Amino acid sequence: MHTLTIAELAAGLRARRFSSVELTRKVLERIERFNKGLNAFLTVTADAALEAARRADQELQAGRGGPLTGVPIAHKDIFCTEGVRTSCGSKMLDNFVSPYDATVVANLKKAGTVLVGKTNMDEFAMGSSNETSFYGPVLNPWDPKRVPGGSSGGSAAAVAARLVPAATGTDTGGSIRQPGALTGIVGLKPSYGRVSRYGMIAFASSLDQAGVLTLTAEDAAYLLRAIAGFDPRDSTSVDVPVPDYVAALDAPLKGLRIGLLKEFFDAGLDRQCGERVRAALDVFKSLGAELSEVSLPALPLSVPTYYVVAPAECSSNLSRFDGVRFGHRCENPRDLLDLYMRTRGEGFGAEVKRRIMTGTYVLSAGYYDAYYLKAQKVRQLISDDFRRAFEQVDVLMGPTTPTPAFEIGAKTDDPITMYLNDIYTIGANLAGLPAVSVPCGFVDGLPVGLQIIGPVFSEAKLLNAAHGYQQETSWHRKIPEAYA
Amino acid sequence: MSPAEEKRDSDWETVIGLEIHAQLATRSKIFSDSSTAYGAPPNTQASLVDLGYPGVLPVLNGAAVRMAVKFGLAIGANIARRSIFARKNYFYPDLPKGYQISQYERPVVEDGALEVLLEDGTRKTVGITRAHLEEDAGKSLHEGLKGYTGIDLNRAGTPLLEIVSEPDMRSAKEAVAYLKKVHTLVRYLEICDGNMQEGSFRCDANVSVRRMGASKFGTRAELKNLNSFRFIEKAINYEVARQIEILEGGGSVVQETRLYDSDRNETRSMRSKEEANDYRYFPDPDLLPLAIDEAFIEGVRQTLPELPDEKAARFAREHGLSEYDAAVLTASRELASYYESVLAALGSEGKSADSKEPMTAQKLAVNWVMGEFSGALNRDGLEIAGSRLKPQQLAGLLRRILDATISGKIAKEVFEAMWGESADADAIIESRGLRQITDTGAIERAIEAVMAANPAQLADYRSGKDKLFGFFVGQVMKAMQGKANPAQLNELLKRKLSS
Repeated sequence: MHTLTIAELAAGLRARRFSSVELTRKVLERIERFNKGLNAFLTVTADAALEAARRADQELQAGRGGPLTGVPIAHKDIFCTEGVRTSCGSKMLDNFVSPYDATVVANLKKAGTVLVGKTNMDEFAMGSSNETSFYGPVLNPWDPKRVPGGSSGGSAAAVAARLVPAATGTDTGGSIRQPGALTGIVGLKPSYGRVSRYGMIAFASSLDQAGVLTLTAEDAAYLLRAIAGFDPRDSTSVDVPVPDYVAALDAPLKGLRIGLLKEFFDAGLDRQCGERVRAALDVFKSLGAELSEVSLPALPLSVPTYYVVAPAECSSNLSRFDGVRFGHRCENPRDLLDLYMRTRGEGFGAEVKRRIMTGTYVLSAGYYDAYYLKAQKVRQLISDDFRRAFEQVDVLMGPTTPTPAFEIGAKTDDPITMYLNDIYTIGANLAGLPAVSVPCGFVDGLPVGLQIIGPVFSEAKLLNAAHGYQQETSWHRKIPEAYA
Repeated sequence: MSPAEEKRDSDWETVIGLEIHAQLATRSKIFSDSSTAYGAPPNTQASLVDLGYPGVLPVLNGAAVRMAVKFGLAIGANIARRSIFARKNYFYPDLPKGYQISQYERPVVEDGALEVLLEDGTRKTVGITRAHLEEDAGKSLHEGLKGYTGIDLNRAGTPLLEIVSEPDMRSAKEAVAYLKKVHTLVRYLEICDGNMQEGSFRCDANVSVRRMGASKFGTRAELKNLNSFRFIEKAINYEVARQIEILEGGGSVVQETRLYDSDRNETRSMRSKEEANDYRYFPDPDLLPLAIDEAFIEGVRQTLPELPDEKAARFAREHGLSEYDAAVLTASRELASYYESVLAALGSEGKSADSKEPMTAQKLAVNWVMGEFSGALNRDGLEIAGSRLKPQQLAGLLRRILDATISGKIAKEVFEAMWGESADADAIIESRGLRQITDTGAIERAIEAVMAANPAQLADYRSGKDKLFGFFVGQVMKAMQGKANPAQLNELLKRKLSS
């Protein structure tokens, strides 16, 4: 039961082969059994989950409910969940119980899913390895010495280890796709504005986007259909119709124009990873797709651009954590300044502080034009490059990450090396484009991801392509041995 | 003014620019749906958005935009087709998000002007650089909390329109005249209640002085905590004197923020430029640029009322009021509309029957609305809306003056009775027997009695002491309990005394 996809679980629930309560019990058992080793879950909501499963079963028995009714899921701990601790992976919010549900949480609740718990993450989503979490690193189910990627590392590990069939994530610079690739599952980052950010604790508001981590593109389609759409509480969500992503999955891929991202096949790309990605492209070719190489000259500027824009926004977004209204507050503050300094000094970890300081610097008088404003201009150039590319091709493809999962501790001393791990994923965030990572093979027993990027609001096309590929391959059926 | 002060005034020129914060009269806050009502128990009107909870997002209130545009149109400004909300970053406990959402580089209103009428009758145009939308902060409470500071976030997120003038004013009086003009305008437009005590209309003043004839501005100080028209004038005058004294003593003015202390009538340094925050403004990524199209602007234009200047000009033109009367009357929209209601109720009854002092109904109405009526409101601390005397009632009183049923003097007595009892003029005139006596026979009889009772004064008058005429008027009026028609009395008395 634990190896089934959402589509398979939905069929099983509908056919009464098992109930949601049975399924949820199984999920809770596996979390209980494996989480100590993985550190993927920060909070498990067993009682509420079983209660929700019972209600789902009643719905199903009454012949009501949709394909997600009774399906267990987990939320990244960045999504506010009413009555449940929402820590964002930080000591700052260790004691924070959200009084409301994020729109993503509310939508999935309405769709009948069963929330089993909240997953570990890099602190405030700032990290690419899940090592910056206040609650310690998450281990990669394929190799416990290695990172699962980040910042949605807990969600990725939980799905890859088959603890839960799907989990939500957020992607600011690759935080869904990179852990998806490093754990051998599907990670979908929708277009900016496709999914509401309301109730998602902000890291970098102009880049953050909610998405999902699943075993298949088909499952991602089911979940995206439930969470996408305009939200009057998020002014940056976009009021365009939500297509039926599930119905679009099976369109033939013959004639699909695929652009190979020249800049992604660079010197930094691990040779074997490159081979797996090229092999994946051959599969598309065999399905009738047309391949051509496309160059985006401004794309190599993504990482420096991102590390100006994202810290700038985060330095302001994280100002609200001041010890006054919620979250951590230092003991016996002497005065206001002491309250601020010790609360924030104690509550935030090193990486968060580094980014707040970087962001404060680039927004400061005298530096704003040289950094923030220039970064915005480069961001526009990158967007323009993508726009031009999509005049020639339907989708762009390349690797999700330069290497497979690296070892825990390998890059923690050198932030720049760590930042470069997101070199292939950041572009889509800067341009607000949808992108998906699909498992496309293994290197030395570690998963490798193929990244597909499309024009804004082309999620249906991306999922169609990913689904077509998964129909021809079985990488997504591979399960880490210890969790089979 | 002492000679020294006069000399100073001719040596130095004062330069003033004002930043006015007008709280917009929307029902809900600028970025959340919480109520903006004043005076609720602390933190009962603060939603998760106002509290800056993790994950919440701002959504712009369209009503606030409409009001800003309304103001922009009323001052002949440019309405930006695209303006940007920015974050002003600083830490303070009553600023929940650690930043204030405001407008910085691209405000919604730019480049307007207002004309003000000064006391000496001259007119002056004050440029308005910009007006932008922003959210208010909460309040810190220090009293009765035993060393703690309380935070009330009811006000956090209340929409403000910050109206920034050019440094066009040259005296405290000009500054106050301009401030009053803006105050009048926002109330006409019904975009702000103008209540200075509750802080819905606040003002900071940038004040500097320079040698007469100098082309460069002097270093300015920003004065805060100016919460009444009177304090603003006093604070500016104090500050100007302070700066002149420094400069004449060979020193230099420091650019700083100064707080006005109304108890001591002085300004005190709050923080200098060196201590000033670097607010690290940048566009708020949670809000899209504010796009305003022609149709929206036209829609708002349709809702513009007759503006104070237009109304004053119409009163002067159509009612024959002096420029001064028209300006004072239109300074308050409520007062002007009360006046118009009185006139409407009076109908076109034309001029008063008083042949000595013929007066138009309009002039009579102005005098009474601005005189007795406003005086009574002030005395009792009432707003027009709270007055029990309806315009129709006041018109009823004026009608009796116009048709000479009562004299102006008696009318004041009737007015007081009406104010107290909120009864109609006719009822009071009847019940108190105040109807004016126009019966020539009765007046003549009273005159004859007074003349008989005062033979000595009569002899003096007739021997040339003209001044005694007033004495006889007073005596006859007294005998007739003030009810004699004054014009008739004068005429008859003159005739009798000289016969």
